Amino acid sequence: MDIGLLINAIAAGLLLGAFYAAVTAGVSISFGMLDIVNIAHPAFIILGSYIAYFFNTNYGVDPILISIIALPAFYALGAAVYQVYYQSFERRGQESLRGLAFFFGLLFVTEVSLILVFGVDYRYVEAAYIGPSIHIGIIDLPLRMLVPCVVSLLLFGAIELFVTRTFIGRAVKAVSQDQMALQLMGVDPIKIKRIAFGISIATAAVAGALLVIIQPVEPSVGREYIGRVFAICVLGGLGSMPGTLIAAMLLGVVESLTATFYGPSWAPAVAFGLLLLTLAFRPAGLLGR
Amino acid sequence: MSSVNTAKFSLITIAVGAVVMAFAHWVHVDYLYFASYTILQFIVLATAWNILGGYCGYVNFGSAAFFAMGAYSSVFIHKLYPLPVPLLILIGGIVSGLVGFGMGYLTLRLRGSFFAIATLALAVVLQTLVVNWDFVGGSRGAYIIRPEELEFAGITINYIEYLFGLMLLLTMIALVTARTIERSQLGFGFATIRDDELAAEASGVPTLRLKLIATTLSGAFMGMAGAPFPYYIGYLQPSSAFGLEYAVNSIAMPMIGGTTSWVGPLIGAILLGSAQQYATVTISSAVNLLIVGLMLVGFVIIAPNGLIGLVQGWRRKWRQP
Repeated sequence: MDIGLLINAIAAGLLLGAFYAAVTAGVSISFGMLDIVNIAHPAFIILGSYIAYFFNTNYGVDPILISIIALPAFYALGAAVYQVYYQSFERRGQESLRGLAFFFGLLFVTEVSLILVFGVDYRYVEAAYIGPSIHIGIIDLPLRMLVPCVVSLLLFGAIELFVTRTFIGRAVKAVSQDQMALQLMGVDPIKIKRIAFGISIATAAVAGALLVIIQPVEPSVGREYIGRVFAICVLGGLGSMPGTLIAAMLLGVVESLTATFYGPSWAPAVAFGLLLLTLAFRPAGLLGR
Repeated sequence: MSSVNTAKFSLITIAVGAVVMAFAHWVHVDYLYFASYTILQFIVLATAWNILGGYCGYVNFGSAAFFAMGAYSSVFIHKLYPLPVPLLILIGGIVSGLVGFGMGYLTLRLRGSFFAIATLALAVVLQTLVVNWDFVGGSRGAYIIRPEELEFAGITINYIEYLFGLMLLLTMIALVTARTIERSQLGFGFATIRDDELAAEASGVPTLRLKLIATTLSGAFMGMAGAPFPYYIGYLQPSSAFGLEYAVNSIAMPMIGGTTSWVGPLIGAILLGSAQQYATVTISSAVNLLIVGLMLVGFVIIAPNGLIGLVQGWRRKWRQP
């Protein structure tokens, strides 16, 4: 085995994994902490990609900057979706069947709407950091992977700080553990959940911009991420942000090794295999409670 | 209607099926066979989905995967040694049923949402496998030459009529099975899982075993619906076998019709299926999928019990003004 190839595959996997962490951050909040199985999350990410693509192509704005400007809009979208979800399903205790079907419908409607507006062609963005690479010894680090990696780690740090250091963040953790107790402390759990779900969708704006930097995007790309996202989330341990980061890196490295030594067309199967193994042997995940 | 027993219901189904078959033979337009075959296929898929989703309350997002597995096991066997289609249907059912059992065994002991997520991912993985598997055509797809007609006991039948007849038979079997389950002890067991799994478990209901029965049955019917598909379409590509329209329709149809009874998926599949046959010809297929998606979202929010629920609500109002 070529040692240079191996080291490069691992380095590429770590960068890819950091990006996966950004993709999973939102689901880690909604599924991990709020117990809302938002399978439509990848669709919101693709929506973020297309917003970045649209403003980048037409106005030449940097995709990451666009995603930061779009954060409040995505937050509001998330809060609105939660409100509908709560009123129609959670309040009536129907989230397991109809709530899931609702998110599945959302996933589908978003994807088909994007196809109708933008077509099925692959879209990409342009920025100064797409193209050049940094060389450290034998390791090749393309900037188009390195920049998303750094942004993703920053995003993760921000979420972890928010969850552990602020009052609302702690309330989010509390709502995942004992909603009743939180209510007794005089906090409205629905409001906390709405804020948290808004934040989870807001991360999709950033993840979407990173996605379109890393690879060209078409509307159905999101489906490939459903397996990955939930595999990472479960493997990391539900609701644990450090666990999510570790699991994402792990998946990135395994996928990168698979793609290097067996061919890229096998990579999508890795996440699912990992998910099934986790569910079968350690459903609590790596850092699960 | 509620007093009709299973034997009588089977006879009624057979009579209706015979009338449909005779009518189709009388009209004898190839397009009609093609269009109604698709609708029948959706009735089987919707009914199969409902056995697990509607009766037990467990969501399967991977209908396309189970369907495609049936279709690809036919392609696989066709390449080895062409068997008659009824046998292929049986084999497709066994393969998909076994996969359903395996998935269920791994994930059904955990919370319900894990099963849903696993089925969602299953479709992606199986598609990856098929794309990389050259024997069944890989990403290029596989051609299956459909014979023009079939010799059977001295009679020659048009092949598409033959496929249509098989699918009609499968539809009848699926409907009778679903209705029988609904009225049997098995169905009551399923309902306890749907209503309160913890309470059911505590009262001694063997929940895991029941869930596994439902997953296996549901998967098997989906596989059976998929098995004749390569012969119907003539050229099977991974993207058409794993089409998202199967996943979304097999959820949308029972949800829109109503999930608590066998009538719901039947009504939903006939309504949505015919509407889509019409819309695909007149409007684009993307718009027609968008409409299905919007209807699914709209119905789960506004009419949680589907059309059946709406009708029952109106009846109640009409009786007690």
